[in-house]
Formats: sequence, structure tokens, C-alpha cells
Amino acid sequence: MFYRESGDFKTNYADDQQSFPIKLDRYAVWILLAFAFFVVPFFINDYWEKSVLVPFLVWSMAALGLNILTGYCGQVSLGTGGFMAVGAYSCYKLMVAFPGLNIFFVVILAGLITAVVGIAFGLPSLRIKGFYLAVATLASQFFLIWMFNKIPWFYNYSSSGMITAPERTMFGIAISGPSAPSWATYLFCLTLVTIFAFMARNLTRGRIGRAWKSIHDMDIAAEIIGIPPLQAKLSAFAVSSFYIGMSGAMLFGVYLGSAEPGEAFGIDKSFLVLFMVIIGGLGSILGSFLGAAFLILVPVLMKNIMVGAFGWPADLAAHLELLFIGALIMFFLVVEPHGLAQLWRMTKEKLRLWPFPH
Amino acid sequence: MSPLFLNALEVILNGLMAGIMYSLVALGFVLIFKASGIFNYAQGVMALFAALTLVGFQTGQVPFAHLINAMFGTEIHHWGSGMNTFLAIILTMIVMIIFAWLLEKIVLKHMVNQAPIILFMTTIGLAYFMEGFGDLMWGADIKTMDVGLPSGGSIWLEDFTKGWAAEGTEYYGMYIDVLDVWAAGIAILLVIALTLFSQYTKTGRALRAVADDHQAALTVGISLRTIWIIVWSLAGFVALVAGIMWGSKSGVQFSLSLIALKALPVLILGGFTSIPGAIIGGLIIGVGEKLFEFSIGGMIGGATENWFAYVLALAFLMFRPQGLFGEKIIERV
Repeated sequence: MFYRESGDFKTNYADDQQSFPIKLDRYAVWILLAFAFFVVPFFINDYWEKSVLVPFLVWSMAALGLNILTGYCGQVSLGTGGFMAVGAYSCYKLMVAFPGLNIFFVVILAGLITAVVGIAFGLPSLRIKGFYLAVATLASQFFLIWMFNKIPWFYNYSSSGMITAPERTMFGIAISGPSAPSWATYLFCLTLVTIFAFMARNLTRGRIGRAWKSIHDMDIAAEIIGIPPLQAKLSAFAVSSFYIGMSGAMLFGVYLGSAEPGEAFGIDKSFLVLFMVIIGGLGSILGSFLGAAFLILVPVLMKNIMVGAFGWPADLAAHLELLFIGALIMFFLVVEPHGLAQLWRMTKEKLRLWPFPH
Repeated sequence: MSPLFLNALEVILNGLMAGIMYSLVALGFVLIFKASGIFNYAQGVMALFAALTLVGFQTGQVPFAHLINAMFGTEIHHWGSGMNTFLAIILTMIVMIIFAWLLEKIVLKHMVNQAPIILFMTTIGLAYFMEGFGDLMWGADIKTMDVGLPSGGSIWLEDFTKGWAAEGTEYYGMYIDVLDVWAAGIAILLVIALTLFSQYTKTGRALRAVADDHQAALTVGISLRTIWIIVWSLAGFVALVAGIMWGSKSGVQFSLSLIALKALPVLILGGFTSIPGAIIGGLIIGVGEKLFEFSIGGMIGGATENWFAYVLALAFLMFRPQGLFGEKIIERV
């Protein structure tokens, strides 16, 4: 009754093709953004920043990247952790090499460097498909992590082998480093994620996105109707790695502050992002956010309940959490293989008809 | 013979042994993939779970002791002095069969006709679940496994090869773990048994029929669900063997489940659908990574075993996208 597209008349093409053609969708997004930008920063505290909001934003960015590659272009990748490490290390090297550079540009540049690496590791996708490709992307995961561990140039010959983010600013406010205020890191991540989520949304609606989707459906047929698979696959790898690289840079620079490759960017992180994409919904921008929120919030919630409320030992809680997450993943795949985004789509369908049953 | 050559020979031998160990895990993957088209990521965790269960039965641990203690404030851990190894192996196998049955009942029967990627993700979820479940049931501490297999270096081989080096050079003979030799023997037996089973028994024929075509198999009256239970039980059995071998070698702990990651390049090298492929692929990977570490690894910082297998498999795939023995991939529009 309230949620509908009828009566929402468009008089020109620009209106018809905007990101959110339905008026209520548009209002909802604006209200949500206004709330996130103008209300949350005043109430944010260290706990919310460190364990909920910033990780959510960082992992949403990674999920967006992987969703472009796996959800839209259909190329399964298990190398996300490795690409995040590339982003983190290029962020570190740029921070150290150009101390005066605004951190915003550092993150973008780190993303661009990762995009180049992503193209290199995407080359096999032209010849290898399906599971063979998924396993082949593991090569990038293990090789990159090994490289960052073994070549001292990457961690500037520090004795611990770890990289630590120095303090870098934007408009004179510290964003990275230990003294960065909660609201500043939050707003920084939020701005980046908002900009690039809009970009992803429009990219996937446009010509490139359609090429990706056709490759996803069937690459041979796509080639026959005139979509060059080389360009389509490699551009998907490039854009996806760009997003993943930025998320790696944010994870290291803004959230963790210091990182050790095997720990922060291991294979389990690759799986985590893949889970976010699957649970959220393959081929959906909203799904990337829902998936990231789900997999970041559920562990926090479970930990709070089991350790905080029941007083159980932490290792027991960790095992239960693992068990619960595994069971949830299977449950979701059995009940709704298209993810949370599909649930949301079905809710919208219902809302359109409400309160009439048919 | 020069010591360098002998060292290289020793590395190759050890590589072959390591390769057999990888093949043991890869076999389980191939079995499931052939019969159901599911790429079972959980195979490594199944090996861990089987090993944990076996050790738990052997030493007489109380399952879920940790959880019960936390919930009721009790202090239980063992119910007795444990049991005979043979009995424990039988009981573990029963647990694995029950597990296969439950899995089919609760999860897999809903997953017919889903896209392969969804099935793959399901098994990753399963891997998480079993890891948490195994830890919860038996505790996450590192356990030693002793099923009576010999271990340690082979003295006989050391003495035998000592005289091979040229006069005047220092050479102490080759080192090969007896356990690895046992593992190789058991793996060969396992492959022969599996081949005989799938070629000459009625169930084996049904398995091959299902592998060829699900629908055609259904039309001639083969129950897909029974076959799936059998296949997952078989995979559980292979996981148990792999778990015993790896557990005896390096202790029963979380890292045991990571051998699944080692089996993946073996699989893509050998082809997902070929049992001989899993063995040959394992041998190639085993020898390749040991030789690479021996010859080049030292120069570029060592620990190349982490990634070499993948890069080797990747390079291989560029020339043969379906792996060594895989069925040719034919795509139709």
C-alpha cells in the first residue's frame, strides 16, 4: 500500500535511470545515509567503533569487491586474503614513502596497485574455469602471503616482520595511528564505502556490468554474441581487486594499525569474505552489506551472550561460535541459496501487495 | 656417487612418501566428486574429526566434557582407562557412518540440483561445523596418536646406503621415516581395495552408474540417497585412514585439517574424477615441492612448500585445463 512504484511518474530519462528509481527506496537510502553521517559520529564510542562499525565497513568493502568478481562475473576466487594483503602492504609502503600524502589518496592508490596485481593473477581465468580456477586462485593467496613474509623490503626490514601504520591525517585530523579519534576513523571508512558502493551499483547496471553478467551466465555464449571475454574477465578482476585492495588498506591502516600477513590476511579471511558474499546474496550490492553485517555482528553477539552473560570460558565460546557459524551457513544454503538479499527482495514483493493477499 | 646426488635422491624418496600422504586425502575428494559432483572441502576436517574421535575412544575421554563442565560446574574428563585400538577404530568408523547418514538426512537431500558453487560452499560450512563440533566434543588440545604403527628413521636403509658415497666424503646414509613407508603401503592397499570395490561389486557398479548420470541411474532403480550415504561413509573411511596416518606423524591438532589445502593442488593436477590421477598427482606434487625447496628454496628464503604446489598445478593447468587424467571438458552452448 505504501511501498509501490505506481504513481511515481517519471518525465525524463535521467529520472527513469537513476540509481534508485522507486521513491521510497531513495528516501530510505538518504535517511540511512544522513543517520550514518550526521547522527552516529556524535554517539560513537571506542567499543562500537572497534568491534562493530569499522570492521563492518571494512569487510563490506571487501565483500563488494568479491561480489563483483564472483557474484557478477561468476569467477570464484579464494585469493581475497592475498589481495587484501597487497592493499595493506602498498598502503604501508606509500604511507612511509610519502609522509605528507593525504590518507584518502593513499588508500585509493593502494587499491590501484592491487588492481594491477589482480589483473596479473586473473590471467589464468581465461583458460581455467570453475573449481579449477577457484583452486588456482589459492596460488595467489599462498604465494602473496609467503612473499610478504619472506622479502624484508615489504616490511622495511623491521625486526618483528610486522608492519605498523604511522599517524597520517586528512584535513589535519589523524585517521591512522593510535591517537586517531573514533568518529574520524568511522567517518573516513563510511565516506569511502559510500562512494564506492554507489560506484559499484552503477557500474554493475551499465555496459561493463552487463558484460560481466553475461560471462557469468555462460562465457561461450557471451563470446558468441560479441562480448570479449578477455576484457570482461580482466576488468572484473581489476575492479574487484581494487575494492579488495582498498579494504585491505583500511583494515591495516585504519582498523588494525599493525599487521602480520599470515595472521591478518590468511586463508580463513578469504573464506570469510566468500561467506559474506554467499550469505548476503551473490550478485547484489545490498547483499554484500547484509552478509558483512551478519558475519561481523553474529560473532560479537554470540561472544557477548556466552562469555558475558553465561560466563563460559572463552575457548569454549570460540568452538561453539565456529559450530554455530558452520551450521548457519549450511542452514542458509539449504533454505535460501540466493542469500539475505533474496529475502529482502521477497519482502519487497510482499510489501507491494500488502494488505491484499493477491 | 657424490653426496649431493645422494641427497637429491633422498629428497626425491621423501617427496614420494609425502606425495602418498597427500594422495590419501585427495582420494576422499575424488570419491565424493565422482559420485555426487560435490567438491568436498570438508575432507580435511573429516580426517581431523576421525582422528580426534579415535584418540578420544582410545584414551577414554568423555565427549563434550568441556561443555558439560561449563554448564553444570562438574569436573569430569575421563570415564575409564580407554579401550583397545581395534575396537576404537571400529567405533570411529560407526561414528563416521552415522555422520554420513545424518548429513544426507539433514543437509544433502535438500541440495539436489543446486549449482556446484553452492554445494562447495555447503561443504565449507560443514568444515566449520565439524571443526567446532570436534573441538567441542574432544577438546582442542594437541593429542598424540598411537595405533601401534612403527615410526622413526629406518636404520636398515641408513646402513645400506652409507657405503654409496664416494671414498673420502662424509655421508651418513639416507633418512626415511618408517611410518611413511607404512603409509605408502596402506595407500596402495586402499587404492586396490577401492578399485576392486567399484569394479566388481554390485554397489560399486551402482556408484559408477550414479557418477555417470544421476537421472539415468534413478530410472534403473538405483536409490540416489542410499548411494550418497555409502559414498560419504567411504569418504569417512578414507578420512579415518588419512587421519590415522597424519595423526601418527604429526599429532592430532587443528593443523591436520589444513592437509585438505594440500590435497587441492593434487586434485587439480590429477583431475577431479580420476583415482589414479589423485595418486600420480600426489607423487608429482610431493617430489616437485621437496625438490624445489631443496634446490631453489634456500636461495629465496625457504618455506616455499606453502605455495609451490599451487603454482605448479597452475602452470600445469595452463596447458591441460582438465588436469592430467580428468575427463575432457566439453562445453555446449
